[in-house]
Amino acid sequence: MTAATDVLAPAAAPAPRRRDFEVVFALMAALLVAAPFVVYPVFLMQALCFALFACAFNLLIGYVGLLSFGHAMFLGSAGYVSAHAAKEWGVTPELAILLGVLTSGAIGLVVGALAIRRQGIYFAMITLALSQMIYFFCLQAPFTHGEDGIQSVPRGKLFGVLDLADNMTMYFFVLAVFLGGFLLIYRIIHSPFGQVLKAIRENEPRAISLGYSVDRYKLAAFVMSAALAGLAGATKSLALQNASLTDVHWSMSGEVVLMTLIGGLGTMFGPVVGAFVIIAMLNYLAQFGQWVLVIQGVIFVVCVLAFRRGVVGEIGALIRREL
Amino acid sequence: MFGIPTQALFSQLLLGLINGSFYALLSLGLAVIFGMLNIVNFAHGALYMMGAFVAWFLLGYAGIGYWGALILAPLAVGFVGVVIERTMLQRLAGLDHLYGLLLTFGLALVIQGVFQNQFGSSGMPYAIPPQLTGGQNLGFMFLPNYRAWVVVFSLVVCIATWFMIEKTRLGSYLRAATENPTLVRAFGVNVPLMITLTYGFGVGLAGLAGVLSAPINQVRPLMGADLIIVVFAVVVIGGMGSIMGSVITGFALGVIEGLTKVFYPEASNTVIFVIMAIVLLIKPAGLFGRAA
Repeated sequence: MTAATDVLAPAAAPAPRRRDFEVVFALMAALLVAAPFVVYPVFLMQALCFALFACAFNLLIGYVGLLSFGHAMFLGSAGYVSAHAAKEWGVTPELAILLGVLTSGAIGLVVGALAIRRQGIYFAMITLALSQMIYFFCLQAPFTHGEDGIQSVPRGKLFGVLDLADNMTMYFFVLAVFLGGFLLIYRIIHSPFGQVLKAIRENEPRAISLGYSVDRYKLAAFVMSAALAGLAGATKSLALQNASLTDVHWSMSGEVVLMTLIGGLGTMFGPVVGAFVIIAMLNYLAQFGQWVLVIQGVIFVVCVLAFRRGVVGEIGALIRREL
Repeated sequence: MFGIPTQALFSQLLLGLINGSFYALLSLGLAVIFGMLNIVNFAHGALYMMGAFVAWFLLGYAGIGYWGALILAPLAVGFVGVVIERTMLQRLAGLDHLYGLLLTFGLALVIQGVFQNQFGSSGMPYAIPPQLTGGQNLGFMFLPNYRAWVVVFSLVVCIATWFMIEKTRLGSYLRAATENPTLVRAFGVNVPLMITLTYGFGVGLAGLAGVLSAPINQVRPLMGADLIIVVFAVVVIGGMGSIMGSVITGFALGVIEGLTKVFYPEASNTVIFVIMAIVLLIKPAGLFGRAA
């Protein structure tokens, strides 16, 4: 139990190398381009949306040190808005997604402004409580159709030209969204702005004493993370053609924590690996009903007790690279 | 008053007080645990549920009734807590607080999942003990004996806990160990044992709340799942620094929630979260909290 295994406060991480990232990213992109010819595309789309969701969540926990336990509210609300826009208003997919992202970004602005008023453990409790509020709102608001959710959402034609009804076309659109979001997060983390975020994670009082208005940085990161989570949710509601209460429920907030934890907190590729592992597990174990929850719980416990670096973190430590 | 029948007003007020007693007992346990272990115990709701189930088991399989369960169930849940602390939470000492939250969240999933597999999601009835059936007609409302008992008994337990922590020698050790565990250890106090027992005591309170709620809310595997989120909001509002603060906040919020059910039922689920947002804007450290 040395401090070095505490991922949330790494003592001395190896210097990031841009070349490593480029190689692994190219590998991942190539794999994902080839994947739909082997694996069922709808499963892959689901996994990719959750991967982007987990990456957005990781931007906060891994690089600012803020544990949001309510990220489902961004995934779910963006999903509802874009599903509603696509189905009831008949807007094009890119506009539906944009509306979803704007919604989650706006919610993120309000929630973030409230939550950053407290630190550490309180931050997690506040985000959880506010997401429960959004959940109750979605349960009661008429446009979400309560328990039924919004079913058979039309995928529409991208920019009015490209028909997304075909699974393959839709898959490559989702892949483009995912890779775009992923690169954007990489860009954010490796910008001067990202360096300040990491400084806040490492030592907040020192960042304050250096003259950074820490709260503004935290809020900006929170809104970005919320908007990106919304991008994942909006894309998911079009890809899977539904939006339901599951996506705003607290158990979804727990799931994204689990994905990130199992893949590796604070690693670029960890959340992607984690999302694929968990989504595969959920699909594979669906027949076992409630045992899935027990298994998830056990994974949580094991990860926290013995596997805090996660899959990608362990590999990174093994080859002494930051992934 | 305001066109609302007094009968409905007072019965919702009583319901609010009862929910308030559960909020108070649970947030008190959370505060005690947080003070000593620096862990927010996400498994609190699951252990509350476990308390109710132990009472139900005792009645069904051992023929031990409510009064026996009121003593045995908190002890059983407290024992589970001791095992959890000794085998798992202890290993997290020195790590970021958030790992404690994640670990106990995992435990909550495991406990709730196991009970759901065993008993499904529907509720099982638990009879009110014969001594407390019936009720009093107060003229303006009917007061069921059992509900009055829950409120009074929770209040007594809360005050006793406050007295123990603030006014006794054991409590002073506890408070000292919260401030500076190393120094207290140097004086020859067995701090690790105290930490273990504190966790056991805190979750024992949750178990007690579970037994109290069994005759009112039915015994359900998910009875604690949504409750714990509300209790978290209560804790944010009150601040975890003060024992009396969490008790008062718990009862007050229960009453406010009850009143909301009368005047604006649509908001009754969310009113506590709204209050939390307002408190965060006005007094970020919480009503009874000290600025970090």
